[in-house]
Amino acid sequence: MVGTRFTGRQDRPERANDRTLAELAPGARARVVRVVAPEPATAGRLADLGFTAGAVVQVLRRAPLRDPVLYRVQDYDICLRREQAAWVRVVEEVEG
Amino acid sequence: MSPGCHDGGGGTLALAAPHIALVGAPNAGKTSIFNALTGLRGRTGNYPGVTVSRFVGTCRVGPDRYVIEDLPGTYGLRPVSPDEQIVADALDGHLDGVQRPDALLVVVDATTLRRSLGFVAQVLARGLPAGLVVTFTDELVRRQGALDVDALAEALGVPVLAVVGHRRHGIAPLRELLAGWRSWPVPVLPPPVDGPERDAWVDSVLGFAGYRAAERHRATQRIDAVLLHPLWGTLVFFAVMVLFFQTLFTLAAPLQDVVAAGFDRLAAVVAGHVGNRWLASLLGDALIGGVGSVLAFVPQIMLLFLLLALLEGVGYMSRAAFLMDRVMARAGLEGRAFVALLSSFACAIPGIMATRTLPSARDRLATMMAAPLITCSARLPVYVVLIGLLVDRSGRIGPFGAQGLVMFGMYLFGAVSAMLAAWAFKKLGDHRGRLMPFYLEMPPYRLPSARSVAITVWDSAKSFVYKCSTIIVATTIGLWLLLNLPLHSAAQLQAAGVDPGDRTAVAAYTIDHSYAAGLGRLMAPVFDPLGFDWRINVGVLSAQAARETFVATLGQVAAADGPGDSGEALRGMTYADGARAGQRVFTAPTIAALLVYFAVALQCMATIGVIRRETGTWTWPLVAFGYLTGSAWLLAYLAKTLTGLLTG
Repeated sequence: MVGTRFTGRQDRPERANDRTLAELAPGARARVVRVVAPEPATAGRLADLGFTAGAVVQVLRRAPLRDPVLYRVQDYDICLRREQAAWVRVVEEVEG
Repeated sequence: MSPGCHDGGGGTLALAAPHIALVGAPNAGKTSIFNALTGLRGRTGNYPGVTVSRFVGTCRVGPDRYVIEDLPGTYGLRPVSPDEQIVADALDGHLDGVQRPDALLVVVDATTLRRSLGFVAQVLARGLPAGLVVTFTDELVRRQGALDVDALAEALGVPVLAVVGHRRHGIAPLRELLAGWRSWPVPVLPPPVDGPERDAWVDSVLGFAGYRAAERHRATQRIDAVLLHPLWGTLVFFAVMVLFFQTLFTLAAPLQDVVAAGFDRLAAVVAGHVGNRWLASLLGDALIGGVGSVLAFVPQIMLLFLLLALLEGVGYMSRAAFLMDRVMARAGLEGRAFVALLSSFACAIPGIMATRTLPSARDRLATMMAAPLITCSARLPVYVVLIGLLVDRSGRIGPFGAQGLVMFGMYLFGAVSAMLAAWAFKKLGDHRGRLMPFYLEMPPYRLPSARSVAITVWDSAKSFVYKCSTIIVATTIGLWLLLNLPLHSAAQLQAAGVDPGDRTAVAAYTIDHSYAAGLGRLMAPVFDPLGFDWRINVGVLSAQAARETFVATLGQVAAADGPGDSGEALRGMTYADGARAGQRVFTAPTIAALLVYFAVALQCMATIGVIRRETGTWTWPLVAFGYLTGSAWLLAYLAKTLTGLLTG
């Protein structure tokens, strides 16, 4: 993943950096690209919870046993298990 | 469908009254609006055929009555669980026996308005007259947010009202709003419910209403940094658990003894003042004893509920669920089930009622089937007596007292078997149905109002007394009759060689020849392999009312054999007949079998009653009774055999 990175500052997120919410470490910020769930109803529910395309998600913290993870999205805090977070494709926002 | 299924049916309340349904997300404050409108005159029941509780109440505005229905909390109308299917079906009028609401009151939390508008769009698209209630507006302003409620009403095209439920601000205007429900508009053009169109609609509505999101709650951020920290968070979690059990043992148990002692004294007074010995015993032992055994639990139930309500109200329970989710996942459950199982340490009844917070019906059933295995406080007096007989008071293992260790072992055994049972029930039901996604909203820490805590505590205590008293008192009286009938005339007693003037001898003779003894002997083939004699059988039978009565019954039976210290009497009790006549009854293997039997068996009529009410069918209480009593016997037999091998 490092290989595709441009060096230096940039104000535009990288398309190549598309990954899942479950891969992000606490402290990271990301923008939702799309939700790919095994069932349409569950994808719809994640959208109801605020995980819609374009929404900014902040990874707040992991539970002591590493799962679930607490996120901040649409002005509120919600936790998802790793399994559900893996359905949310995001582009990490680079600080600065 | 079984009779009595429709106890919460809205149709029975008031046919002509307008039917208004409350819809909203789980943490939006729907319940406090419901309580404020219906003044706690709400009735609970079940939706036909499903494990979903139904809350219906009436609200009076002037001369008019309104039926208010608190629909299950949900984040969206595209259902992902049977419970949410209820909400969707109720709104469309597709639910048997449930009338389609005449109008909807959507409840949203002002601090999560951006997310909630997507839900509002889905509700408005259903084409029912709707009004919007915005809660937590005080918190929004405190956290530097802003919202123009009138502009929001204009943008949405429906009436909007700010209500701070727990402070009862805005309740009077809400009742007025309710009275004018006929003028609530149905949006001419339903808002878009999907994709970029919805997001654009949400943006435009928020912009029009001058919405500024609340800043992150600083205190919540700081407290979470500690309470959800891998090390400190875990330590605090264990400290909270220690506090919980300390309350149970050091405060609740003595309180229970005080109340029980009070009732004993009352029973003695009654016995002293009623001339007829038989009537005195019926009043004193059965009626007052039965009521006393229920009321003895009330102080500790209230105390534990106060603690649970505080933890819940502050917001710690969501954190506990977050911390424990991974552990509960091992049993196929989720974090919220931990909270229900924790309540079961007080009593399985509130624990089973707490499963209502679980969004998945399958999780709810698995938790209900597991909850009776958690060591409830009614088992404590039984364990104390049995462990006292089994282990010497001065015995030590390392730095710990042996009695305490065995007690700890019993609690651990209960918790582990509950997890195993939940896992098994989850596995059994797993092949059908969809996989429920897990998500848990983490509300900011809030200081709960004294009123809402008091309501929760009062509600649980009331439903505990209401549920238990009738069942326990009826069973106690029934057992007393079994133990004291048939009556023997003085002539009969003399013919049997008993001096009618000797109370102890008469009591012994009566019990020995009672219907209960007959039943105890009838049960002998079942319990003989476990080493129980007919007197223990009578005790086990009496424990079917409520476990703690085992101690009293055994004391009664033992004392009837010879006056004096009942502990000593039990220790010296010998088999009266059969192959083991003359041998001691309470040997280590028998006590081990009894301990395990009490740990596993479902001996609580009130628990059976509450499972029946929560599931709306007799199937699940019967399954629970069958599997728990069956495994209790098997495991008790195993315990007896193993202990027999170990002690020789």
